[in-house]
Amino acid sequence: MILLIILVSFVLGASAFAWPDNRTRPRLLLVGAAIHLAGVVSLWIHPEGPVLSGYLFLDAAGKVVLSTSSVLFVASAIYAQGYLRRRDDRDNRIFVGGLLVLLSAMTTVGVAQHLGVLWVAVELTTLATAPLIYFNHNARSLEAAWKYLLVSSLGIALALLGTFFLALSGAGPGGPKSLLLDDLIRAGPELSRPWVRTAFVFLLVGYGTKMGLAPLHSWKPDAYGEAPGLLGALMAGGITNFAFLSVVRVFQVTRAAGEGAFASDALLALGLLSMALAAVFMAGQRDFKRMLAYSSVEHMGILAVALGLGGTAVGGAFYHVVNNGLSKGVLFLAAGNIHRAYGSKRTDEVRGAIRRLPVSGPLFLAGFLAVTGTPPFSPFWSEFIILNGAFSTGRWVVGAFFLLFLAVIFIGMGATVLHVVQGDDRGTPARPGFGDGWLTAGPPLVLLLLVLALGLWLPRALQGLFAAAAHLVTGA
Amino acid sequence: MRSWTDMAFILVVVLDLFVLASSRLGAAIRAVALQGALLSLLALLLASSGHNMGHVLLVAGGALAIKAILIPWLMFRAIREMAIRREMEPLVGYVPSMILGGVGVVLAFAFSRGLPLPTPEMHPFLVPTALATVWTGLLLVVSRRKAVTQVLGFLVLENGVFVFGLLLTGFMPVMVEAGVLLDLLAAVFVMGIVMFQINREFSSLDTDAMSSLKD
Repeated sequence: MILLIILVSFVLGASAFAWPDNRTRPRLLLVGAAIHLAGVVSLWIHPEGPVLSGYLFLDAAGKVVLSTSSVLFVASAIYAQGYLRRRDDRDNRIFVGGLLVLLSAMTTVGVAQHLGVLWVAVELTTLATAPLIYFNHNARSLEAAWKYLLVSSLGIALALLGTFFLALSGAGPGGPKSLLLDDLIRAGPELSRPWVRTAFVFLLVGYGTKMGLAPLHSWKPDAYGEAPGLLGALMAGGITNFAFLSVVRVFQVTRAAGEGAFASDALLALGLLSMALAAVFMAGQRDFKRMLAYSSVEHMGILAVALGLGGTAVGGAFYHVVNNGLSKGVLFLAAGNIHRAYGSKRTDEVRGAIRRLPVSGPLFLAGFLAVTGTPPFSPFWSEFIILNGAFSTGRWVVGAFFLLFLAVIFIGMGATVLHVVQGDDRGTPARPGFGDGWLTAGPPLVLLLLVLALGLWLPRALQGLFAAAAHLVTGA
Repeated sequence: MRSWTDMAFILVVVLDLFVLASSRLGAAIRAVALQGALLSLLALLLASSGHNMGHVLLVAGGALAIKAILIPWLMFRAIREMAIRREMEPLVGYVPSMILGGVGVVLAFAFSRGLPLPTPEMHPFLVPTALATVWTGLLLVVSRRKAVTQVLGFLVLENGVFVFGLLLTGFMPVMVEAGVLLDLLAAVFVMGIVMFQINREFSSLDTDAMSSLKD
C-alpha cells in the first residue's frame, strides 16, 4: 500500500504532463488526492509492515505528518479546481504535474526509514516546488523561485554531507555499515561521537533550511509571498512539516548515540531565535502573505523548541504538527482568496475584507486566532502542552521566552490581520468576478472546522498516536 | 600510487583557490571541469581490492561524464548564449576571497585532526580536501553576484561532498551515490532553465537586479 500511494501520485504527475486539455487537467489533482487519502486511511485500518527490506515503513511519527498532509492536499486539490478555472489563461501543465510529484515525494519522506532515501526524497520536494513558485511568470516570482532553489539546494547539499558523516560514524570495525534508522539507533553508543555531533550540526543546518528555521529562513518570505496561495498552504503546512520530521529522524539517532543534550540545546537555540525573529518581523509587516511566512518561521521555531525540551513537550510537538498543517491551510487559502479579490496583498491597499468576502474574510480572522493559540482552537492546546513541558521540567527561562514571543506575535500579527479584514472596502482596488465561491472558500472553511473540532475534542486514537510518536523520540 | 593520490588531492585544493581567484568565467568553468575529472580519477585511485569494482567504475564513470563533461558543457552554452565573460563586481574581492579560501584550507586540516577516522586505512588528505572544497563552494555562492558563478559555487560544493562520499564507497548502497549524481544533474538543469528565464526577464544574469523582494 505504501509503495502504491507513492507510485500512483508519481504516475498521475507524469500523466499530467502528457494530458492535452488545460481545462480538465486539474481533475487529476482530485484523483490523486482521493487515492492518497484512501491509501492513508487504509494504512490506519490495516497497518503495514516494513517494505523494500525495511527502507520504507510508516511509523507513528511519519503517520502524524503524512495524515495531516493528506487532508491538506485534499483541501488544496478541491481549491485548485476553482483557482485554476479562474486562471485558465495560464498553462497549468507544470503546476498540476509538479503538485502531484510533490505529493509523491512528500509521502516518501514520510515513510523513509533510510537516511539516504530520506535525503533523496527531500531533494525531490525542492525540485518539484521551485518551478511551481514561478507559476505567475513575472520577475518577482522568478526572483522568489531562484532564491528558493539556491538556498534549498545549499541546505540539501550540507544535509548530504551530514548524512555521509553519520554513515561514517557507524563505519568502525563491528559497527553497522548502514543508514537504516533502526540499525543506527540500535548501534547507539557504538557510533563515533565526534562524527555524530558534526553530522547533527550539518543535518540540522540542511534540513533546518528546508524547515525555514531562523537564520536559515531567507527564502521563506519571498517564496510564500509570491507563490499561489494553494502552494503556500502545501509548503507551510506540508513540506516544512516533513522537513521537521527529517530533523526528528536525525535527532533520534543523535540521542541514541548519547549526544542528546547537545542536540537539544542546538534545537532550543534555533527554535527560540526563530520565534524571536518572527516576532520582530511580524510587527509592521506591510504584506499579508509575507506575514504568513513569518508565522511559519514562528511555528517551525515552536516545533524545534518542543523537540529540544524533550519529555512531554515532544507529544505536544506532534500534536502541533497537525495543528500547524491545518491552520496554515486555512490562512494561506483564505489569503489567496483575498489577494485575488483585491489584486493586491499590501495592507495599505486591502481593507474591509469581511465585507467583500463574507467567507474568506472571517476565515482569515479566525485562522489568525487559531494559529496564534487562542482557545478553543487546537493550536492553543498543543502550545499549552509544550509550555507545560517547559515549566514542569524547570526550564523557566525557555518557558518565559516562549510565552513572551507568543504574546508579541499575537499583537503584531493581529494588527496586520485586523487592518486587512476590518473597515470599509470602498476605494480599494477591486477585481469583479473574484468573490468567494464554493470551491475556493469551502476547503479553508472545512479545515478551520477541523482545527476547531480537534481543539474541542481530541480522539483517543490521535492521543495514542502522538504518544507513540513521542515514544519513538524520547524512548519514554 | 600513493604519491599520485597525494598529488590529486592537492590539485583539487589548488583548483578551489584558482576558482576563487579567477575573474574569467570560462577559466573558472574549465577549472571546475578539471576538478570533476580529478574526482573521477580519485575514485579509481582510492579503490582497494576490497571494493566492488563494478560499483567503483560506475561512480568514476558517472563523475567523469557528468561533472567533467556534461555540466561544463551546459555552463559553456549558457554563458555563450548570454554573452557574458567575466564576473564584474564580486561582493568580496578576488584577493580577500583567496585569503578566506586559504584560511579555510588551514582550518579544514586542523579540524579534521579532531575527527578520528573509523577507517584508518583511508587517505589522510581526504577529509580536509572535502571540507576545504565545501567551504570554497559556500564562499563562491555567497560572495558572487552572477547567477552562473553561484551555480559554479554550488558545483564546487557538491564536488566537496562527493570527495567525502569517496570515503564511503565501500559500504554505501549504489542507490545513494546514483542519487548524488542525478541530483547534481537535476539541480543544474533546473537552475539552467531558471537562468534562461532570468536572462529574459531582467536582460542580464545579475542576481543583484533581483532585489525587489525585501522587508
